[in-house]
Amino acid sequence: MNEIVEKKVWWQDAPAIKEFEVKAPWIAEKHQAGQFVVLKVSENGERIPLTVSDKDVKKGTINILFQEVGATTMTLGRLSKGDKILDLTGPLGKPTHIEKFGTVVCIGGGIGVAPVHPIAQAFKAAGNKVISILGARTKGILIYEERMRKTSDEVRITTDDGSYGRHGFVTDELKAMIESGMKIDLVVTIGPAIMMKMVCKVTEPYKIHTYASLNTIMLDGTGMCGACRVTVGGKTKFVCVDGPEFDGHQVNFDEMMARLRQYLDEEKLAREICQKNTCGVR
Amino acid sequence: MAEEKKEKKPKIPKIPRQPMPEQDPHERARNFNEVTCGFTGELSDNEALRCIQCKKPLCIDGCPVSINIPAFIKKVAEGDILGAAKVIKESNLLPAICGRVCPQEDQCEMLCVVGKKDKPVAIGRLERYVADYEAVHGKFEMPEMSPKTGKKVAIVGSGPAGLACAGDLIKWGHTVTIFEALHKAGGVLVYGIPEFRLPKAIVERELDYLKKIGVEFRLDHVIGRIRTVDELMQKDGYNVVFLANGAGLPQFMNIPGENLNGVYSANEFLTRSNLMKAYKFPEYDTPIKRFKNVAVIGGGNTAMDAVRTALRLGADNAYIIYRRSMAEMPARKEEIEHAGHEGVKFIMLTAPVRVIGNEKGWVTGLECIKMQLGEPDDSGRRRPVPIKESEFVVNLDAIIVAIGTNANPLVAQTTPGLDLNKWGYIVVDDEKTCRTSKKGIFAGGDIVTGAATVILAMGAGRSAAKYIDEYLKTL
Ligand SMILES: Cc1cc2nc3c(=O)[nH]c(=O)nc-3n(C[C@H](O)[C@H](O)[C@H](O)COP(=O)(O)OP(=O)(O)OC[C@H]3O[C@@H](n4cnc5c(N)ncnc54)[C@H](O)[C@@H]3O)c2cc1C
Ligand code: SF4
Ligand code: FES
Repeated sequence: MNEIVEKKVWWQDAPAIKEFEVKAPWIAEKHQAGQFVVLKVSENGERIPLTVSDKDVKKGTINILFQEVGATTMTLGRLSKGDKILDLTGPLGKPTHIEKFGTVVCIGGGIGVAPVHPIAQAFKAAGNKVISILGARTKGILIYEERMRKTSDEVRITTDDGSYGRHGFVTDELKAMIESGMKIDLVVTIGPAIMMKMVCKVTEPYKIHTYASLNTIMLDGTGMCGACRVTVGGKTKFVCVDGPEFDGHQVNFDEMMARLRQYLDEEKLAREICQKNTCGVR
Repeated sequence: MAEEKKEKKPKIPKIPRQPMPEQDPHERARNFNEVTCGFTGELSDNEALRCIQCKKPLCIDGCPVSINIPAFIKKVAEGDILGAAKVIKESNLLPAICGRVCPQEDQCEMLCVVGKKDKPVAIGRLERYVADYEAVHGKFEMPEMSPKTGKKVAIVGSGPAGLACAGDLIKWGHTVTIFEALHKAGGVLVYGIPEFRLPKAIVERELDYLKKIGVEFRLDHVIGRIRTVDELMQKDGYNVVFLANGAGLPQFMNIPGENLNGVYSANEFLTRSNLMKAYKFPEYDTPIKRFKNVAVIGGGNTAMDAVRTALRLGADNAYIIYRRSMAEMPARKEEIEHAGHEGVKFIMLTAPVRVIGNEKGWVTGLECIKMQLGEPDDSGRRRPVPIKESEFVVNLDAIIVAIGTNANPLVAQTTPGLDLNKWGYIVVDDEKTCRTSKKGIFAGGDIVTGAATVILAMGAGRSAAKYIDEYLKTL
């Protein structure tokens, strides 16, 4: 179990983007769109959440995709095909509420495209028209385009530098779609907190229901610690058990972003140490 | 013994209660090594002689698992420590742990006959001495194992309730698998109670023993998600499921500012430090902040553990803020004393009103209000009432909330037909049988009683094992 059966490097330059296909038959069997796993790479390692981006129930595998932004993801990225992930727990969190709504717009920013993928698949399977908006800084780091084309009726792309698709942000594309009079029944957004906040700002005046899948700091991922808590509609919620998806218009994104910055100093130190001693898997 | 017959009143031993050697308070307040060092052979010899071997040993009534206390102490007095260990292990699977964390002052030692005239016999310290001696000098002996029955039991949670239940059922020939959500087994013993009070090597030893006698551990398995309880029975062929998933959901205070950076649940703070070893950051990857001014809200064992951890992480000021007075604090007396010696400051009769933060979202202080004690409430303790216009501010950079825990709803939500009480704890026939409303499903420990003690959870696990065994025989 937990063996890496396939490794793919999407982007080599720092911060690199990599994807693993991992043998985890029990998780693959039970996983539903929107759910995530918590993993720990080494004895001394920390526990981090990663969303499942694809799976193959027959093979008993799940896919996880990550960007090497911290010590743990860097260590993870050094694993090769055949290696095992020490601890892998899941599926965690509530599955996405899937229903036939009509037209669903799925918005993924950066590596957020990966976790949007199973959700788009599920909405498509439920009979919705799925339009996906994928955003990236530049063309080279756009991920999952092919997979998203397969599960969407239509794919629209934006890049910050204009190297591919619309020159601009996902919000520009969304705004244009809404202003063109397109009827949108639901928006799903996953990506950097600031992007999700802006997406919600765009949809709110039009009262378009918007799911935001939150990526807070987590520790256990089972509802035991409250490290992941956010304020939704004035109430405290635990992202790992009450979420990860919430009504985006009710989420206090500013508080969430402040909470995400809690360990910046420590993360920086850990990253430096990791780079120095090539942070082999201990 | 002829002498003793004449006297109605117990003979008071001339030997005083032997002191527990411990690390110097100033030194230990800055390290994570165990606070108390344990009895030496001499101290335990002396202490054992203090027991007058009562005909009606009241101490046993005070012990939730009825250890034959005079019998084991007699063995100690005779110098047969391994024999003493055997006596204890008949009733208590985890003596090295219980000898350290049981509230003996409210149990066996509270009733000890010697305690009526002098200080009671130090039963807990003797228990610990015996268990630690056995760990070093005893040899692993395979216990007597019944022939395999072919029956399978799944246990959810690897805290004291789950471990104790597994220990008995495996000996009686059943196949036992423990499913644990975290990457390490032990429950609160590994994620909650700190190293300086319960060295993790001791828990590891008990886990090793269970593995050696055949208990299978499946870590990283969150029941309710990867498998539901029903699936364990229907799909995986378990005949019985024992729910021992604890009371792990932290309560918050519901006051403004509670989600500011620097406010933690005690569970988060302790899990970072204990389970993830963040006190060794960056050798370990999980970070923890080394705050200078820390307040812990609450007065239980968890609060004491959190405040003493904060101190060891380098706090200059570590406070306990509690809404009643010292006398009502539910933490063990010994822990409160230890905390005081280490420099923890107690702000009593005070309740938090609002967390104050800066523009970056970090805590800068806590607004509190003074309380006074009024009429007794349901718990029999005098209810604290706020004193009007007595608000004041404590300057802080971290606040740790240790006001209690609730049942984690995950298992209950995914098990239709399981009766719960109004607080979400699992309802059982009675605390002996541990039978739930669903056939083949048993429950025990904190998930039934609410947050209680290690020994009660362990007792429930063993009691459940007995009734599970009976039930399996009917299948
Ligand atoms: C900080 C702290 C200090 C304490 N100090 C003392 C003390 O000094 N003396 C004392 O007697 N008592 C003390 N207690 C209380 C004592 O630890 C508990 O009463 C006891 O551990 C309860 O045992 P349990 O087996 O019921 O549950 P737990 O020890 O809570 O174990 C439950 C286990 O189940 C797992 N679990 C939960 N949900 C799932 C799921 N869905 N699937 C799989 N696994 C799951 C959890 O991860 C956990 O490992 C303390 C508690 C705390 C928090
Ligand atoms: S009550 Fe006290 S003195 Fe009597 S047997 Fe028990 S420990 Fe010994
Ligand atoms: S990560 Fe601990 S409660 Fe959510």
